[in-house]
Amino acid sequence: MTFQLNPKHLIASALVVAMSVPALAAVVRVDNAKSNVAITFKQMNVPVDAKFKKFAANIDYNAANPETSKANVEIELASFDLGDAEYNKEVLKKEWFNAAQFPKATFVSTGMKANGAGKLVVTGTLTIKGKAANVSFPMTVKQEGANQVFDGTLPIKRLTFNIGEGEWKDTGMVADEVAIKFHVVTTQ
Amino acid sequence: MTENQRYPKTIVILHWVIALLIVSAFALGTVMTDMRISPTKLQYYSYHKWIGVTVLGLVAIRLLTRLFTRAPAHPTGMSAWQAKAADAVHVLLYVLMFAVPLSGYFYTSAAGYPVVYLGLVQLPTFIAPDPALKSSLKELHELLTDVILAVVVLHVLAALKHQFIDKDGLLRRMTLNK
Repeated sequence: MTFQLNPKHLIASALVVAMSVPALAAVVRVDNAKSNVAITFKQMNVPVDAKFKKFAANIDYNAANPETSKANVEIELASFDLGDAEYNKEVLKKEWFNAAQFPKATFVSTGMKANGAGKLVVTGTLTIKGKAANVSFPMTVKQEGANQVFDGTLPIKRLTFNIGEGEWKDTGMVADEVAIKFHVVTTQ
Repeated sequence: MTENQRYPKTIVILHWVIALLIVSAFALGTVMTDMRISPTKLQYYSYHKWIGVTVLGLVAIRLLTRLFTRAPAHPTGMSAWQAKAADAVHVLLYVLMFAVPLSGYFYTSAAGYPVVYLGLVQLPTFIAPDPALKSSLKELHELLTDVILAVVVLHVLAALKHQFIDKDGLLRRMTLNK
């Protein structure tokens, strides 16, 4: 099959490309390979690190006017990785995430406030296991070449979201405090 | 029986304390690995690790004491091969008393869980979390546990044989003087 270069098609293609450029520039994509969402908690005082392998984040950051910035994050709870297959299965059960009924945890920002250069205070609603809670946490933003890098730690209490029911309610065994750490890289 | 026919006090005390700890760690290890995931299981894992670290510390003290003190002579009438076998088993037990807890320590490090001794002091990790190393170290820890079990059984049987068949009073070497 031969391809005939038709000047008319060429012009039409050029037009399509030209029109899409401004639209493309406004779209900020999260670079999932460079981003991560991890948690840290203590089990009988032993620090335990785990991560979520699958999540989708949208950060619409307005450097000129940070207060108008927005962010939302969706985390697939089934992608939780404690580094052990048996325990990964355990945390999806009813007592923990109840992932069958509540497969995703979500965060939707309700406000952002500038708090010094490259610093923001984010407020929003965190929903896990059907329980919504208002949360607030500091976030930093850095420009690295064409990328924007967002970092922050959101401290939560697992029992607010009924994570760890029944025999697992004992916070002497698994601490109530859980830190959600995120590192999100967006490209334009 | 004169004093030099017994082990020094420090060694005698450490022998029995360590023996008790090893039996407890072994029992906990056997039970905890078969349990369903529960708070009790996690608790047992912590206890097991604390006991292992304690054994490691006590064995280090015991080895130093053993090197700088005199062990009682073998009972008279013990053949040369028996004396050699006894010495070999003792050396092997010392090696295993280090190797078993150390393999467990490295296993939990490779699994990404540092040991927090008694829930108070976080001990250093010498290897980073590594899934491949984790499974090798798990197997090594289990293998070494099987070996120490076999050697301890041999050690106990030999002691009982001396006590009840040879009736040479060997067990008294490992008792405290009144």
